[in-house]
Amino acid sequence: MKNALGESQTIVLLGGNSDIGVAIVRAAITPFTRQVVLACRDLGRGEVVAAGLRTDQLAVAVVAFDGARPEGHTQFVAGLAEQYGNLDLVIVAYGVLGEAERTRTDVSAAVELAQVNFTGTVGALIAIGNQLVSQGGGSLVVLSSVAGERVRDANPVYGATKAGVDGFCQGYGDWLASQGVHLLVVRPGFVHSAMTAGMKAAPFATTPEKVAEVTVKALHSGRRMVWAPPILRVVFSILRHVPGPVWRRLPLG
Amino acid sequence: MPSHRRALRGWGRSNATVAELFEVPNHELDGALEATGRRGALARGLGRSYGDAAQNAGGVVVRLLGAGHQSVIDPARATATVPAGVSIDDLLRVVVPRGFFVPVTPGTRFVTIGGAIASDIHGKNHHVDGSFGNHVVSLTLRLADGSTAVVGPHDQPDLFWATVGGMGLTGIILEATIALIPIETNRMSVDTSRIPNLDSLFAEMSVTDEAYRYSVAWIDLLAKGAHLGRSVLTCGDHAPLAQLGEADDDPLAFDPHQMVAIPPVPIPSRLLNRLTVAAFNELWFRKAPRHRTDELQSISAFFHPLDFVGSWNRLYGQAGLIQYQFVVPFGEEATMRRVIERLSTSGAASFLAVLKRFGPSNPGPLSFPTPGWTLALDVPGGGPGLAELFVELDRMVLAAGGRHYAAKDALLTPETMRCGYPRLAEWQAVRSRVDPHGMWQSDLARRLHLLDRPEDTA
Repeated sequence: MKNALGESQTIVLLGGNSDIGVAIVRAAITPFTRQVVLACRDLGRGEVVAAGLRTDQLAVAVVAFDGARPEGHTQFVAGLAEQYGNLDLVIVAYGVLGEAERTRTDVSAAVELAQVNFTGTVGALIAIGNQLVSQGGGSLVVLSSVAGERVRDANPVYGATKAGVDGFCQGYGDWLASQGVHLLVVRPGFVHSAMTAGMKAAPFATTPEKVAEVTVKALHSGRRMVWAPPILRVVFSILRHVPGPVWRRLPLG
Repeated sequence: MPSHRRALRGWGRSNATVAELFEVPNHELDGALEATGRRGALARGLGRSYGDAAQNAGGVVVRLLGAGHQSVIDPARATATVPAGVSIDDLLRVVVPRGFFVPVTPGTRFVTIGGAIASDIHGKNHHVDGSFGNHVVSLTLRLADGSTAVVGPHDQPDLFWATVGGMGLTGIILEATIALIPIETNRMSVDTSRIPNLDSLFAEMSVTDEAYRYSVAWIDLLAKGAHLGRSVLTCGDHAPLAQLGEADDDPLAFDPHQMVAIPPVPIPSRLLNRLTVAAFNELWFRKAPRHRTDELQSISAFFHPLDFVGSWNRLYGQAGLIQYQFVVPFGEEATMRRVIERLSTSGAASFLAVLKRFGPSNPGPLSFPTPGWTLALDVPGGGPGLAELFVELDRMVLAAGGRHYAAKDALLTPETMRCGYPRLAEWQAVRSRVDPHGMWQSDLARRLHLLDRPEDTA
């Protein structure tokens, strides 16, 4: 359960190897936290992350989870609740960037990306949402991206999956709120992480730790959407309305 | 059976959770409990416990309805048999005009009899009379298997004392017979003194407490240095008829009213900050008489001053408030001083803190009061550094052999709870005997792992 300060006893991360996801978990852990569950495909890498989080007071478990297969999501979440009790904070951070070149031209690569980033994610969100509603409360964090705010030619499939998840969360989050569950959508800009290693940084590039900081703050204040860094909200409220010919020429990395 | 999904929170207005809420009279309770699923069921009174004690996220919550006039008063034995959902406010309106008073009242009249027993509440008379459970003659409990049991200090005493202070987790209290105190008038005879600092307060209370049935000190937690612990000590007793002037034609009238109510509008979270609270505390201290004796006060002014302001907890805004109450044994005055020093330098804007001496405890394994000094304080929620502050305070309190009050708590962990309540396993053994499948659950129980079998957490 949570305490009066909004701190969580049990934290679950779907995408247990996500740099941003792990940073959010780290920022959300307090002395009140008792257990963390890292759900991921690559258990070996998950164990490495777990070893870095584990303390005498904090149990960290690594469990197998394939985000691209929504048909197993309901059973997976039910199993988590059975084993770990009340799920106080669940962070959905899995996803792939995909190779822009390939996904733009290769149908099966595009579908595969959409399967993980959109279909699997929406499935996971609904499975978790059902669990949180039935347990009478909890918080859910979803990693969106500014890439979905105005999809660019650089990586249209990735951008579209994020736009889709983001749009779903706006409606779904409002419904969850009516059921006492808090859904927070996080829209980071360019984040220096394993996923973007070797890429040229975009303006207002940030770090997983900074994203985590604004996320945890937003969790406590009850906001349903947060940008990281926060200035991107202003930047994108302008970029959204920039005429197409100008937009296409902008040096956005 | 009509019910509604409702977000429920404690009086501190933090961490709400959603439950299926039934508001039913006693005879419809079984129908409501049919809806109980995996997340169990819990009784809730008027929602005055500060934390998550009366919440059951995702489960069933039952508010038992009851009216004061359903109480049966036995003037010869000085007892009242009261439905559990009746409030102390309702009960006082029935018993005061007949020359009786409740054996124990907390700082608000708006708690139910069931809640008073489940939290084993205490009042300003603890040093003389003990807590609420000491005055329960018998109670009727709806058990998990559907049966009802009538228990008392001499009848299944283990189940009785597990229920007193048991936070509603042994069953649902349906009604209770409680002992009443005879009174001659509706007034209190009150002595008030300003106390300049903490040492004087310890000394004064240790000497004078035994002379009064009721005593409590309001303490200014923002005062520092030489003024650390400055306070206003009020002591009193029920005024005898002889003390009232002849003009008083109805010495047992009782009909208190709320004066104002804080409306449900958005209030800035920072309304109660260090400046405004310091100003309030200063005013409160200055307006108190240096020393005054035998002042006549009404029951509500003496016991329930905050009830004059309806929904005062809304003043804390969206972030709510955190109430913190603990007791440390006599001889640990130095710990109490360190806690107060830490609070006064913390920047947390605490007002209306109260200090009191507890008398002997009762046999309840989870009953909070133990002999010693207890301090209760409010701070606005959401401020910076609060988590660290309370972790530090917890450590000081537990190291001194103290404990925290579950009815006020929403911060403890399973470990800190076990440290303060070494008899928890004893309580769990009784509880799992009467509720082997975990029918009775609450957010507090889940947070503190109260339902775990002892061997799981050993």
